[in-house]
Amino acid sequence: MNNEKKVFSLSGLLHHQLFIPVTALVLLAVFNLIMDPSFFSIQMGLNSEGNHILQGYLITILDYGSELAILAIGMTLVTAASGGQDISVGATVAIAGSVILRLLCGASAREPELQMPIILAFLIAVAVSMVFGAFNGTLVAVFRIQPMVATLIMYTAGRSIAAWINHNQLPIVTDKSYSLFGTIIPGIPIPTPFFIAALCVTAIMLVLRFSTLGLYVQSVGINEKAAKLNGINPVAVKILTFVILGMCVAVVGLIKTSRLCTINYSVIAKDIEMDAILAVALGGNALSGGKFNMWASVLGAYAIQFLTTTLYKYQVSSDALPAYKAVVVILLVIFSAPSVREKMAAISQRREARKNAGKEAA
Amino acid sequence: MRDNTVLEMTGIDKIFPGVKALQNVDFSLNKGEIHALMGENGAGKSTLIKVLTGVYEKDGGHIYLAGQEKEVQIKSPQDAQNLGISTVYQEITLCPNLTVAENMFIGRTEGVIQKWGWMNKRTNEILKSLDIPASATQQLDTCSLAIQQMIAIARAVDMDCRVLILDEPTSSLDEHEVEKLFKLMRDLKAKGVGIIFVTHFLDQVYEVCDRITVLRDGRLVGAYDIAELPRVKLVAKMLGKEMDDMADLKGDAVSFTAQENSVPVYEAQGLCSNAGIKPFDFHISKGEVNGFTGLLGSGRSESVRAIFGADHVTGGKVKMKGKEVKIHEPIDAMKNGIAYLSEDRKGDGIIADLSVRENIILASQVLKGPLKPYSKSEQIRIAKEYIDLLSIKTASTETPIGSLSGGNQQKVILARWLLTHPEYLILDEPTRGIDIGTKVDIQKLVLKLAGEGMSVTFISSEIDEMLRTCSRLVVMRDGKKVGEIQGEDLNQESIMKTIAGGEEE
Repeated sequence: MNNEKKVFSLSGLLHHQLFIPVTALVLLAVFNLIMDPSFFSIQMGLNSEGNHILQGYLITILDYGSELAILAIGMTLVTAASGGQDISVGATVAIAGSVILRLLCGASAREPELQMPIILAFLIAVAVSMVFGAFNGTLVAVFRIQPMVATLIMYTAGRSIAAWINHNQLPIVTDKSYSLFGTIIPGIPIPTPFFIAALCVTAIMLVLRFSTLGLYVQSVGINEKAAKLNGINPVAVKILTFVILGMCVAVVGLIKTSRLCTINYSVIAKDIEMDAILAVALGGNALSGGKFNMWASVLGAYAIQFLTTTLYKYQVSSDALPAYKAVVVILLVIFSAPSVREKMAAISQRREARKNAGKEAA
Repeated sequence: MRDNTVLEMTGIDKIFPGVKALQNVDFSLNKGEIHALMGENGAGKSTLIKVLTGVYEKDGGHIYLAGQEKEVQIKSPQDAQNLGISTVYQEITLCPNLTVAENMFIGRTEGVIQKWGWMNKRTNEILKSLDIPASATQQLDTCSLAIQQMIAIARAVDMDCRVLILDEPTSSLDEHEVEKLFKLMRDLKAKGVGIIFVTHFLDQVYEVCDRITVLRDGRLVGAYDIAELPRVKLVAKMLGKEMDDMADLKGDAVSFTAQENSVPVYEAQGLCSNAGIKPFDFHISKGEVNGFTGLLGSGRSESVRAIFGADHVTGGKVKMKGKEVKIHEPIDAMKNGIAYLSEDRKGDGIIADLSVRENIILASQVLKGPLKPYSKSEQIRIAKEYIDLLSIKTASTETPIGSLSGGNQQKVILARWLLTHPEYLILDEPTRGIDIGTKVDIQKLVLKLAGEGMSVTFISSEIDEMLRTCSRLVVMRDGKKVGEIQGEDLNQESIMKTIAGGEEE
């Protein structure tokens, strides 16, 4: 549709939103290639159940990055519509996981048989998460509280609520079928979370393609007053984004609890909100809202996990991890600062002008 | 450089990717002169000003200032200020919650100890010398907009400015305030300050300016003494054609007679909202063009906002084609075939970061519903159709609307509402802050649409424009409807009288 775009242009490439997450992935890959090429090796192994499973750092990235990618979907929409972030997702993952286990294990927390079909328990958890999402969304959209402040409530209270749901017991699912969601399906050696993430990404892409969600969310994020005068209900749109994030949270709650078949209220999905927010930022999406690119956020999620896994490989302890990620945050913030962007745009502009001048002279 | 010249720019070039915004432009400003910089939107006025004030770096050319041997390099707004070049924008860039004195001296005091007494005394002296009715210790936002603007000017003058740029300073002022501003400008002129005055109001140019420089499409058309360039010629130079479009439109007074026994397209009784307007009655027939007039703040915008449901409607009965309907939210109005182009284009109209294409389809898409999106190819086809129809100047359908000139942004918003195929179109100040060419285009379009059977309410602060397009005017004063003028009474004099409040005589 636009012929000019086909001409290769450095500034065009630099400005493409996928540039940042792709560059991050490439840099990390190159770093690992130089330091230790075995980082990329993948072997076929057997898990404790005796099923074939692919093993290697890349598979770990695929596995855990998928959780982040799912959360990044919702976080991207919330960020775009309300210009703020939900910092309660870790705590609400705990709630969703706790709800599922409570329903599967029953009141005694140790029932040997599943108390209801997994799918039903999951759907109820989705509904509960959506209610919590709507709660956050209402605080933000109706009461106009800063998103980070509004979600601070659930950030603080969420893990207690999760523990309360199971009367502070540790339910354990003994039925083997429950572990399929967080590990592998026998016969398929690729971690299931990757397929779940693929499903979620496909779903949101279909929604964005066959509904006006993207247009509405961006309009509200960029100019709420104008959106309202065009017949959009900004309150509804904002709450909707939080509800969608709630759905994503429930999916991650399922994966997280399925990995262990139990739950640790204070540790499950700890600090995951920061990685999810970082994924959105690494995707080049403005944290102040407005335009967004969903693919970029998803790639950003895997890039974050790539970084985490790389750091783990070099024996960085999990306590020290945030310090390293802070470096990434600093780079990101500097790169996306308006003053730096303007400078870079000016440089590429000048280069372009010189190139054009050269062409004209020739 | 001649003796009485304070600023000389020669051969200025400025290139943006794909656009030569300025090509070989010359500009010179004398001491004690008010110099109008004229041109349609996109002519390069703002770019020239931004080059002069260091917001943009020029790509070619030279700038000379009186008292400086060599050419000067202006690389940042700070440079410009140090060289005595100050700008006062349409939007006040001072701090509303500080006092007048604090605003005068903000960023200009040395050391950490504030000499409050001295600051206040000095401020009062300056205010007095410029005859500005404000006091140093008053909080800035307790002053009217005009006074705030004057304080911004006073601040610039106190910083030894020799070149003062006034960028659309009168857009949000009423006539009385404009007079005061002009007096201040004349005082400064007598003191030897060179003033560059950017405005869209021709009357004001002829009232206060000495010379005019006209730009078109990034090139210099010429610089003229005011006496040698009558209005018609100025317009012709700005548009680049000798034909007088304005005269074309004037023609006969507009008259309209609704068909016998026809039901009004829209009818309201006792409509009021929480935006401070008293209940009013209003109706419009098929194919009619009418308008709301009154001074700024009289409630003319608030009236149409109430019609569209943009403010919270607190009472009144509304009928569309004789059938009673409820309009509480904009979406209700849209579903009933009403479209509303708001007064505040930047704040209420454009979605700046989205493309021209997305901005055009937005309202129509909302009406279609969230589950029936236009396909991308459909969107592009529609956008292209309206870009051609309204001759919108944009690089492509994918250009962010925020990077278009004001007039073209307005056309995109107009396209957005036309695409909803409304029966009743409300245009609130569609011609504010846009170039003459687009103004004429929009007025012609209004008449054409009405000819095709659309009902249009047109609001403009320029009574000329209203007289050219409307067959009936509703006059507002202090939030109240004080009269309706139509037929033979529809002339400038009677409108002024009604606005001023002579109806009891």
